Amino acid sequence: MADNNDFNAVEPHLSKDMDITNVPVEKIGHTGPKGFFTQLQGFWVTFATMFKKVNTVQYPEVKEPTAERFHGRHQLNRHEDGLEKCIGCELCAWACPADAIYVEGADNTPDNQMSPGERYGKVYQINYLRCVFCGLCIEACPTRALTMTNEYELADSTRGKLIFEKDDLLGPLRAGMLAPPHPMYPDMTDTNYYNGDVKSSHPSQEQK
Amino acid sequence: MTTAEILANDPGWLIAVKGLFVFVVCVLLTLMSVWGERRIVARMQMRLGPNRVGKFGLVQALADGVKLALKEDLIPAAADKIVFVIAPIISATTAFMAFAVIPLTGPVNLFGQATVMQLTDLPVGVLYVLAVASVGVYGIVLAGWSSGSTYPLLGGLRSSAQVISYEIAMGLSLVAVFIYSGSMSTSEIVAAQQDTWWYGLVLFPSFVIYAISMVGETNRAPFDLAEAEGELVGGFHTEYSSLKFALFFLAEYINIIAVSALATTLFLGGYHAIPGLGFTELWLGGWFTLIWFFLKVILFFFIFVWLRGTLPRLRYDQFMQFGWKVLIPASLIWILVVATLRVISQNGASRPATFAFAGVVVLIVMAISTGFDRSKQKRMNQTYPEASAPSFPVPSLPINSTTINVSERGGDRG
Repeated sequence: MADNNDFNAVEPHLSKDMDITNVPVEKIGHTGPKGFFTQLQGFWVTFATMFKKVNTVQYPEVKEPTAERFHGRHQLNRHEDGLEKCIGCELCAWACPADAIYVEGADNTPDNQMSPGERYGKVYQINYLRCVFCGLCIEACPTRALTMTNEYELADSTRGKLIFEKDDLLGPLRAGMLAPPHPMYPDMTDTNYYNGDVKSSHPSQEQK
Repeated sequence: MTTAEILANDPGWLIAVKGLFVFVVCVLLTLMSVWGERRIVARMQMRLGPNRVGKFGLVQALADGVKLALKEDLIPAAADKIVFVIAPIISATTAFMAFAVIPLTGPVNLFGQATVMQLTDLPVGVLYVLAVASVGVYGIVLAGWSSGSTYPLLGGLRSSAQVISYEIAMGLSLVAVFIYSGSMSTSEIVAAQQDTWWYGLVLFPSFVIYAISMVGETNRAPFDLAEAEGELVGGFHTEYSSLKFALFFLAEYINIIAVSALATTLFLGGYHAIPGLGFTELWLGGWFTLIWFFLKVILFFFIFVWLRGTLPRLRYDQFMQFGWKVLIPASLIWILVVATLRVISQNGASRPATFAFAGVVVLIVMAISTGFDRSKQKRMNQTYPEASAPSFPVPSLPINSTTINVSERGGDRG
């Protein structure tokens, strides 16, 4: 059905096409050297600009907020009861084009329940000397465990300090959250967790 | 008493003090002008410029200088070591030397000694400045050659070609000044300008040519082809580091100040106040003239910065064409006119006769310019016949691909 192809269907000389091989010279305008005073206009531009407000932000003292969706440092999120969302699936590590993420998963046990379901991320490292902040890891994450913050002040003095461990990346414990490991919410499955049915921690989750 | 006579009475220690003064002024002005340039250019680009080191960033240049001095001093293995070391020294010393004949003040009192702030007063002072500037080219060309590297060599050659070409235009623009003042001594030219108006007005074309060629002479934007970062990495000083690089840097800025100072001396009345404010020259026991002098120098420096902030860099062939085909012939014609006018008026011709001659010259120039424009216009409007069809078969032109699709269906992507 080549006739339905839009590329070919348009007949060049029947539609309002502009033939660029035949543009009148007046439309292009005078291309030779400009008049003397026209050339001097540039000097006025630079002179007048001297008295305009400058665009500079005095950075360390003045910090302007980034764009809302700026790609900054990563964060490992928690469910509302404090359990980690990361299930140690390594999809982020596989998605990473710069090979900046290292994940080691482990099984949850009744004594050591870090996340709902079977697995949790035991080791989670992001190497910020390699990370290019493309956000492919965020797209890959199946549980929204990994997101990005707007924090961009990541400079440091040694290489070691720029490999962020799980502790550095985990989000803070907010009100109603309990620090893992602790059991799952009573009568809730990992699917309930995934659907956001768990709104807060339950007193029975507290470990003695 | 003329300046030369005053200077003849200078004891040795006073000359030493003045030499030190000139040196310190040059270095201080360099530091300040680096800072000033960066601040002004920043403003022109809606930035702030250096404002961290010291109040308003005033010691930024000093900090940069200290940093440069503490850097490792590298000499490339392929370099000609002796020449490599001598080149920056030539550059810097010649830059300083030009200041020796510039009169910085009128008669003043220094440590109880009546004198003027001018190191020496040569009868051929301006020629001396030109000569010293020419020797300065050796610094550049030797630096480029001795680096043993391609880009520095190219930069050095460009630089020297540029400086030499523009030195001709510069020298020619000064001839009119010599004719009018009847002297080549800087102090006498300053004095002669007090009798008439400033030569910047009287000899306006000379002034314009000098102002253009001094930018070319100092390798500054828009004529900074020698160090065109995008093309030559940095030009003749690519291989230089540490203090040797600092010397080139220093030389560049002192050169800017030196040509500005010469322009002030020859065209803007030197250390004298602007007309109508002559009484200020007696303030502070005559030292106020120093302020007038540096005000004018700073004005020139501002123009240097303004040019840099406004104009893009010229192409090499355009630059050379401008120098050789515009500036030099214009200079020569102007000298011819000035010399003729001078002779006419000195031979006692009446004012109307002089003016008539000037009027005829203006008419001739206008006629030539109009004729030039006409022929240019004619050339631009000339139509060329279509080329006849070739005798061999050729494929048809791809008509479809040379059209911009603006059909009503909106967009050509389907």
